[in-house]
Amino acid sequence: MAGGQERVLRRRIASVASTKKITRAMELIAASRIKRAEVAVAQAVPYSEAITNVVADLAAGGAAPESPYLVPRPEVRRVAFVVLAGDRGLCGAYNSSVLRAAEGAVKEVVDEGRDYGLVTVGRKAEGYFRYRRYRIDAAFAGFTDRPGYDDARRIGRAVAERFLAGTYDRVETIYTRYRSAGVQEVVRRPLIPLEREVVEGGDARPEPVPDTGAPAPTYEFEPSPGAILDLLLPRYVDARLYAALLNAAASEHAARQRAMKAATDNAEELIRSLTRIMNRARQDAITTEIMEIVGGAEALRAAQAAERGEHHALVVAE
Amino acid sequence: MALRVEVVSPERVLWSGEAEMVVCRTPSGEIAFLPGHVPFLGALGIGKVRVLLAGDAEQVVAVHGGFVEVSHDRVTVLSDDAELPEMIDVVRARTAAEQARSRLAADPGDTEAAAALARAELRLEVAGAGSG
Repeated sequence: MAGGQERVLRRRIASVASTKKITRAMELIAASRIKRAEVAVAQAVPYSEAITNVVADLAAGGAAPESPYLVPRPEVRRVAFVVLAGDRGLCGAYNSSVLRAAEGAVKEVVDEGRDYGLVTVGRKAEGYFRYRRYRIDAAFAGFTDRPGYDDARRIGRAVAERFLAGTYDRVETIYTRYRSAGVQEVVRRPLIPLEREVVEGGDARPEPVPDTGAPAPTYEFEPSPGAILDLLLPRYVDARLYAALLNAAASEHAARQRAMKAATDNAEELIRSLTRIMNRARQDAITTEIMEIVGGAEALRAAQAAERGEHHALVVAE
Repeated sequence: MALRVEVVSPERVLWSGEAEMVVCRTPSGEIAFLPGHVPFLGALGIGKVRVLLAGDAEQVVAVHGGFVEVSHDRVTVLSDDAELPEMIDVVRARTAAEQARSRLAADPGDTEAAAALARAELRLEVAGAGSG
């Protein structure tokens, strides 16, 4: 029945409208969090830069690169991946792109005849690899939308312990690098052992620092350069993880904002077309009703006319 | 010429400005930096870093381990755990100190409690509340 169709459409429009309210709210929340995450990324730069400078100074000061953090192992039997995804969904392809890249990296390592290790960050990463029956060595979650330095330190400790114990021979990170609100990219970066080019170009430094041409100053060290380096390198690893966490968080918010904006736009479009259909249905119903009334009236008049006509006929006959 | 000083934690720059002298504690003792100091790179123990400003003013920072780098009259204090006096919760530090003391009394070999006590005492010292 025509009136019934209109009622069904009206209910659907109301439901889409309330979904739209939710996606719109999520879009706005994500947008405000992008700002905060961008600030956090920027605020982490000075430490990251300073610690990079110190490592460079130490290298210039002749710290013997004997630290296990710096020397690549001759035989790499097991490569571990720290995979940074989000705790929540509703952020477009954010999680799936990182996880797909990570799974590809694991398969690559296995194809090379090596073993793999997995350290997951974010509920989605843990769920993905558990469901596919990968072996997870450590899982962290609950902070991906707003990571703190302590979170980086906890992950750093879990990874460094296994590396120093010889369980892992190499550790890499896979995360989404935040370039701008519009551009994010999944990257795979070595973490330990630190490579020279890695030390020089981290996330903190998009541009290489121009060489001032000034001779490197000769430093006084206390204690010895080697001892400082041993204290410094674990912190350097933490700082790199922290930068990766912040980049991932900013990317997650940006991806969520985009996904929710698309959802809001779609809801709007759906409401528009449903409203159009509903109006047509209502118009049809009204038209039909008028037609019925007109038809009814017409029929009535015809009937009356016919009756009168018969009357006439009768009169004439008389 | 004054020193350009920056106290940097991983999460942000805690303090930056000009100073006349910076006093730090390294594991082998206190060290002071004045303008013109030779390039220096050192590890810091648990202790306060004192930044002496122009006039008689002084900025103290509680540093629970870190590094100090000095070159070209720039002093950079790097610490993954540093606090300015206004960031310190005196009440919490005091309870932490008491708890650590009672744990130490029960077991003098408890290194964790000893470290906790050292941290709490440093916080109280920097916050200017005394260790009670």
